[in-house]
Amino acid sequence: MTELQYKVVVGLEIHVQLCTKSKMFCGCAVEFGQIPNSRVCPVCLGMPGVLPVMNKQAVEYAALAGLALNCQIATFTKWDRKSYYYPDLPKNYQISQYDLPLSSNGHIEILLDTGQTKKIRITRAHLEEDAGKNLHTAGDFSQVDLNRAGTPLLEIVTEPDMNSAAEVRALAVELQRMVRYLGVSEADMQKGHMRFEPNVNLVITKAGVEYRTPIVEIKNLNSFRALERSVDYEIARQLDEFMETGKTMEPGTKSTRGWDDVREETVLQREKEEAHDYRYFPDPDLVPVEVTGQWLESIKTQLCELPLVKQMRYVREYGLSDYDAGVLTAERSMAELFEKSVSLGGGPKRVCNIITQDYLKIANEKGCNVVDLGITPSTIAELARMVTIGQLSSTAVSTISAITTADLTKTPTQIAKEYDLIQKSDAGELEAIVEKVLAENPKAVNDIRSGGKKSGKARGFLLGQVMQKTEGRANPKVVSEILARKLS
Amino acid sequence: MEIQELSVKELRDNIASHQISSVEATEVIFKRIEQIEPVVGAYISTFKEQAVAKAQEVDKKIAGGKPVGLLAGVPVAIKDNMCTTFGATTCASRILENFHAPYNATVVEKLLAADAVIVGKTNMDEFAMGSSTENSGLKRTVNPWDTTRVPGGSSGGSTAAVAAGLCFAALGSDTGGSIRQPASFCSVVGLKPTYGRVSRFGLVAYGSSLDQIGPITQTVADSALMMNVIAGHDPVDSTSVDEKIAPVCDYLEKLNEPIEKLKVAVVPQFNSGADEQVQKALSEAIKVYKHLGAEVIEVDMPHLDYAIAAYYVIATAEASSNLARYDGVHYGYRTENPQDYIEVYSKSRAEALGKEVKRRIMLGTYALSSGYYDAYYLKALRVRNLIRGDFDKVFQKCDCIIMPVSPTPAFKIGEKVADPLTMYLSDIYTIAANLAGIPSISVPGGFDDTGLPIGLQILAPAFTEDKLLRIARMFETQTDWHKKKPPTFVTRESCNK
Repeated sequence: MTELQYKVVVGLEIHVQLCTKSKMFCGCAVEFGQIPNSRVCPVCLGMPGVLPVMNKQAVEYAALAGLALNCQIATFTKWDRKSYYYPDLPKNYQISQYDLPLSSNGHIEILLDTGQTKKIRITRAHLEEDAGKNLHTAGDFSQVDLNRAGTPLLEIVTEPDMNSAAEVRALAVELQRMVRYLGVSEADMQKGHMRFEPNVNLVITKAGVEYRTPIVEIKNLNSFRALERSVDYEIARQLDEFMETGKTMEPGTKSTRGWDDVREETVLQREKEEAHDYRYFPDPDLVPVEVTGQWLESIKTQLCELPLVKQMRYVREYGLSDYDAGVLTAERSMAELFEKSVSLGGGPKRVCNIITQDYLKIANEKGCNVVDLGITPSTIAELARMVTIGQLSSTAVSTISAITTADLTKTPTQIAKEYDLIQKSDAGELEAIVEKVLAENPKAVNDIRSGGKKSGKARGFLLGQVMQKTEGRANPKVVSEILARKLS
Repeated sequence: MEIQELSVKELRDNIASHQISSVEATEVIFKRIEQIEPVVGAYISTFKEQAVAKAQEVDKKIAGGKPVGLLAGVPVAIKDNMCTTFGATTCASRILENFHAPYNATVVEKLLAADAVIVGKTNMDEFAMGSSTENSGLKRTVNPWDTTRVPGGSSGGSTAAVAAGLCFAALGSDTGGSIRQPASFCSVVGLKPTYGRVSRFGLVAYGSSLDQIGPITQTVADSALMMNVIAGHDPVDSTSVDEKIAPVCDYLEKLNEPIEKLKVAVVPQFNSGADEQVQKALSEAIKVYKHLGAEVIEVDMPHLDYAIAAYYVIATAEASSNLARYDGVHYGYRTENPQDYIEVYSKSRAEALGKEVKRRIMLGTYALSSGYYDAYYLKALRVRNLIRGDFDKVFQKCDCIIMPVSPTPAFKIGEKVADPLTMYLSDIYTIAANLAGIPSISVPGGFDDTGLPIGLQILAPAFTEDKLLRIARMFETQTDWHKKKPPTFVTRESCNK
């Protein structure tokens, strides 16, 4: 068999639901999980005679996301009608943006496993209204729930710059973190706030000749797991298919597949890309949008340090590990808590440990965000300081952090005193105890002094004895120092 | 003078001064509807109980010395393509025959707030597509001047109702002449305001960039009065114009002041296509303005010849999209026993939409299809811009343009049904105002030898309705055409001839 090499090529379309209070073109509330057809009005029902009115907040959110994606923001943009018939689309056209999208020509950086970053180009990001939902649970009939109809969606289209399922996942995760940072979307997968449609194919090199497999678009994925696995599956499937049939990309060979979550495979939906004619034309019911410099400037003021930039700064500036920096920057509020605690004098690594190991654990148990625990940065900074000066052991930190979340009125110092958790670091006091332990354990002392294999173990034993006598409250660092001095 | 002969303004003033009660006027109208409507067929629905109740309410307010609206107690009609929470909103289509809107159009709210008494909703060409009201899927309306002839369209029900004295004023909608052409056929005053002057919210869309609601009345003053009620910005219609940019004024205030040094333009090359009698009426109108001291100039508008072609691309393209929602899924007519959802669409639409509507949906769908978009839709938009340019140039030299409304007076029922292209050509003079978005009015401008009405059309720059109405009023003061009433107006016997 001839040598065969291949490169994966993936581009991604992402629909992000913006978290405006009301819908894109009417005043109905955007709310998930309500009684079907209870968040509707004549406008989003597409009744005769109704007219859309643009939600300015949605445009601002979309522009903010566009800025964060390093896009050019159009100074003049407009609305177009995209025509297709489907029962969840009441007007049988969707108001979208065709040839003048709000944002275009941007890029986003993603973090690879190697610790390197990679730039993925963004083709465009435009605004549109979501459709409703068809429900097929009523036997012979299908039902339509239009609560979602008219919800503002940002459709982001990337260039085919991703070369593995892991990269696709990294982009999706980065984008989720970014829109949450910007506050433009809750990006809750379970509520369908983010939906992905990867376009996948392979460039195969066989005997020096390059072949491209037909592009497959995988529709409507709504979890990172499904996204990653479906791309991986598709890579393997296309490779197999190429080896079996030798089929390559030609006009009209693009097909659409769905993801079967149970069987973990993609399933063919449409063999040949039907020549879909959406008959786009400018919506005469809406006026074009002029994004003035002044307006754009005011939107720019809402930009913040983006999560990946922050994460890399934490590594660089604070010496945190990639992993810790990633955990801290997962949520903007957590990163802000971290930074405030550090600015109040907490050592970055200690603060990081206290947040990611103690408070994050409690928050996860409660099913909330760290900031929802109500802990102040000064509490965290105080805890960190107490650890640094040797007043608290890691066990004590866990105990105190648990108590602080239960009783927000007490400071760590108060709690430590109340529960007698402060470590003994007083060298004089500890020296007496060490001397007593040394006197009681001549064999171990001997083992250490004679050096050899047993000395390490003996040191540990003596330290343990001191801890026992102080009921665990001796500062192990100070004890070790005294031991070392006495036994040298 | 009989009550029905009063103008809106006269009636309103009489009601306000306790000379006539609104209930009295309303009952006169319903009595006439009983007698004359079976012949004319102007209404799709009437609301006697509700109308009388409203009239009583207004009378009570007036008796109690409470403030009332501009149309207090005046019975009016609305075209059945404006949504109302009462009755059905059918657009004269079988697909919406039983559709009850959950909201009122902005203009309906404004009429109600002005204390108007809404008599009923008038017949029209289905979805306002047509020039004779023969395309109604629900009923036939005849011309009150000659019941063998069409009332014009698409607002034929509204103009017939006003002409026959079945209401004192009505609202129509005008996409390519649908207020002005039937107004000329029925010898009433029909105004198409500037695009964006009157809210379209609740007007069932045909060609969204062209549609505009306007008043149909017996006099120019009534048109001005109606505009005082319906004009203005509407926050729920993004295409309605900000009043800071184009203020609304009191259209009645200076109505009787003639425009000094009036300059009127005519477009000779364009008028030559009209019937001899129509041309004669126009010549008479020119004489009237000259007599009033106006300067009449001849201008050239080279792109008007392409107006019909551009219109039938743009209007049908928009219509194909606007009418996509009538699919049998959410409301309106649904086919029985569909096999799948595709059949819900195709059969519901096939069964309940009329021939002309289908024809225009197909034309528009074609024009927007990929590969044809540039050649048809984009080109039509370019023509539209050229026509706007023609108007801009001409309006630098004059205050208004006068021309015929329609190349012929009212034609016979059935005469043009089989030949849609000929029917389309009857809009040749009215379409340009819609493409340019400018206001245009049709006023009674004479009669042909057989006694059929001929209208005079006056066009003016955008948002100069105040001036346009004054120019129209100048003509009205010199002519008696508007005072002549059709035979149906007088007795039932005479309209049965």
